[in-house]
Amino acid sequence: MNAFLSVLGRDLRLACRDGAGAWMVLGFFAVGVAVFPLGIGPEPQVLARVAPGVLWAMALLSAMLSFDALFEDDFRDGSLEPMLTGALAPETLVLAKALSHWLVTGLPLCLAAPLLGFLLHLPHAAMPVLFVSLLLGTPALSLLGTLGAALALGARRATVLLALMVLPLAAPVLIFGAGAVDLAVAGLAPGSPLLILGGMALALLAVCPVAAAAALRQAVE
Amino acid sequence: MEPARFVALCGRVLPFAVALAVAMLAAGLLFSLALSPADYQQGESVRIMYVHVPAAWMALFVYALVAVLGGVGLAFGHALAFHAARAAAPLGAAFALLCLVSGSLWGKPMWGAWWVWDARLTSMLLLFFLYLGQIALSGAFDRQARGDRAAAVLALVGCVNLPVVKFSVDWWHTLHQPASVFKFGGPSIDPSMLLPLLLMAGAFKAVFFALWLIRTRTAVAASRVAAARLAGGAR
Repeated sequence: MNAFLSVLGRDLRLACRDGAGAWMVLGFFAVGVAVFPLGIGPEPQVLARVAPGVLWAMALLSAMLSFDALFEDDFRDGSLEPMLTGALAPETLVLAKALSHWLVTGLPLCLAAPLLGFLLHLPHAAMPVLFVSLLLGTPALSLLGTLGAALALGARRATVLLALMVLPLAAPVLIFGAGAVDLAVAGLAPGSPLLILGGMALALLAVCPVAAAAALRQAVE
Repeated sequence: MEPARFVALCGRVLPFAVALAVAMLAAGLLFSLALSPADYQQGESVRIMYVHVPAAWMALFVYALVAVLGGVGLAFGHALAFHAARAAAPLGAAFALLCLVSGSLWGKPMWGAWWVWDARLTSMLLLFFLYLGQIALSGAFDRQARGDRAAAVLALVGCVNLPVVKFSVDWWHTLHQPASVFKFGGPSIDPSMLLPLLLMAGAFKAVFFALWLIRTRTAVAASRVAAARLAGGAR
């Protein structure tokens, strides 16, 4: 637990001191969402109809951009190898990395999404559902991205490769996340997709650290 | 099995595998194109099914095979399992693409559109993308061994995820589109169509097996060349 907290604290401190990373992801999210009305047109009904999908797809893409740095810096400066050979189990290291990634990029995305929802004329009643669906879905994305980053560590063109690998795997998260918001927009109860979203996050919490730890061991071999 | 023994065995099995594939494919095509009836509703275009459905089966089967081979490779460290997995993945992607293209050609006369976001089409598209990620990952490293192992982990995770993808796409489809327009359903398949379908399914398996043997042998040879180059460069 101590080791877990120290890795988490270290990553959060690094993220704070080089705040650009989190802000850039947030900026990409905002710019990306703002591009859609420019392409689709300003009609409020049309924007409200596509808003859940646009917000969720952009959250997915924004998260995707931030994964490649997850292990890359530690891998390059050589600090990943002692971390893996030390007292800390690789699975715990992966969990700490995923949590710090979520705190630095996932949580800001959740908080920013309702604001951008206003820009897209998302009905106010759907805002809490948008927030909750992202709150449940972004940890799942962080876990999947951690796995992808561990697999692509040291690869050529790792960022594109990561997106190519993780996007199909993340499709269920997108479907249920945007689906829950869609139901809320239509005035229906979004309970079941939210529950499934939570279930998927828990399942990924069980699978991803183990698989990512295996990938990390291969990377430093 | 040692790669060297595999190459020797492959040389003996391959002529029979190729002969079987050619014979099965000839018989399957004969039955599906000439000796089976046209559908009373769909007319001649139903014959696309004899390519489309076996391709879909093969795309799923090969993905499972790649995952199993990857698991065997990771668990026992067999180089041959990795070679075989690397050889199989592009074939699986080709089957998935064949399924998508033939489905699209079938969809135009039947549904009036080249592409509809039908649940089955969408999950096959995602499977195709999973294949692309798989192939890209296994080729993305300077050390092939690293690519093999990473791709094996990805295949195992993808295999666990595949039912979830399937389920979520079904759910998404029922949410977004009423499932009334695109129901195949109807009466179950007639024996006069089942026989050519099964023949074609067997033919696809045989073709895959022959190509897989050839590709695995090539992968073994390529890895030897790479090792020899490396040794030569070190000297």
